[in-house]
Amino acid sequence: MSTYSKIAKDGLWEQNVVFSQLLGMCPTLAVTTSGTNGLGMGLATTAVLTVANMLVSSVRMYVTPQVRIPVYIVLIATLVTVVDLTLNAYLHDLYKVLGMYIALIVANCSVLGRAEAFAAREPVLPSGVDGLFMGLGFTVALTLIGLIRELLGAGTLFSQASLLLGPSFKFLEMTVVHDYGGFLMMILPPGGFLVLGCLLAAKRVYQVKTGQEVTESAGHALA
Amino acid sequence: MGLQALREKLGYHAAALGVIALAASVTLAFADLGTHKGIEAAEKRDLQQSLTQVLPEGFADNDLLKDKVAVKDDKGNEVQVYRARLKGEAKGAVFQQANRGYADDVVVLMGVDVTGKLLGVRVIKHRETPGLGDKIEAAKTDWILAFTGKSLGDPPIEKFAVKKDGGIFDQFAGATITPRAVVKSVREGLQFFAAHKEEILAAGGEEKKLVHEQPGPHQDPAKKEL
Repeated sequence: MSTYSKIAKDGLWEQNVVFSQLLGMCPTLAVTTSGTNGLGMGLATTAVLTVANMLVSSVRMYVTPQVRIPVYIVLIATLVTVVDLTLNAYLHDLYKVLGMYIALIVANCSVLGRAEAFAAREPVLPSGVDGLFMGLGFTVALTLIGLIRELLGAGTLFSQASLLLGPSFKFLEMTVVHDYGGFLMMILPPGGFLVLGCLLAAKRVYQVKTGQEVTESAGHALA
Repeated sequence: MGLQALREKLGYHAAALGVIALAASVTLAFADLGTHKGIEAAEKRDLQQSLTQVLPEGFADNDLLKDKVAVKDDKGNEVQVYRARLKGEAKGAVFQQANRGYADDVVVLMGVDVTGKLLGVRVIKHRETPGLGDKIEAAKTDWILAFTGKSLGDPPIEKFAVKKDGGIFDQFAGATITPRAVVKSVREGLQFFAAHKEEILAAGGEEKKLVHEQPGPHQDPAKKEL
């Protein structure tokens, strides 16, 4: 079971998609204008990552290295399209909130990255667990960035969360600073870069201070 | 192992990719088939919801979605016009207009009564800057409600513009392009209605109204989910 706890720790902290691997920068910076948006995008990506990892793992015996990339892309794109259609048809209110982000998941290279780095070599179950925790790590990162930008930019937390999670989550919606004039730059793209940069620096400082090995991912690909 | 030997063959790569692509296509085809009805029903509900937003309560008793005509505007585009009736008598019409805002087209839905007076305007689709241009949403500010009750002569056409252009409608600090696009759409919409009033309100809706609503079982799954 220790392998699973290592997978979990990798996904959430050591190899965090955003804070360590610096993958999936497009949704990370574009979507995180509020905590709710970050959370929604994170959860949708988690679902796709988990299933995509399991799919890739289950066909790994039949796929040759020469055609693996197109095969993974076809699998991931199909999966995302099916999720998109299903949400649109059966959870339409949620779709209206998340709709524009779902198609973006295909462009998130962390999905292809996990297929290539983990699922192509490991059995189905560990691959699924890896996808789940990588996704959760991504969700935590996006929600955190979204909350900071929302708080600084609009003075609220989790606004419109009830649209995403249902009316029972209305309590999450908070106006922290009343009559806040707004700090538009945090909502606009530069705010995403600023917050991400500060968080990356903070994680680095923490790891250096506590003597942890700083895991620097080999690939600093941006997508 | 048989598979290992097979993987060495030249055609294997192509065949593997082909099989996966085929399986993906089949999956997509079935997903599309299975969700088509649900998506259609959901979009219809959306439209129905926004239609009722631009009409006062109790203004119409017909199913607007079934009572529609396509009218060509002066630019040659077809505009879907939904007609509001009370006890069979034409009371007004609802239609969309769009103009380019700052980022993309801003689509407004507007309701007018038979005299050409605005009953309500809502922005139903836009991609304007959050915090600046999105004040045109009814959920964010009351700005859009300023149109209610206005018509082509009131204010005079040269005043039917944002204040910066000598008109009567507010712009936002730091965002003039977005409200300008909305005001332009509303003005053009009113002109369109005035020019095509006969065509829009002409009979023909009655027959369409009689088309039986099909309580098809296919619509049920979507309803249950929501």
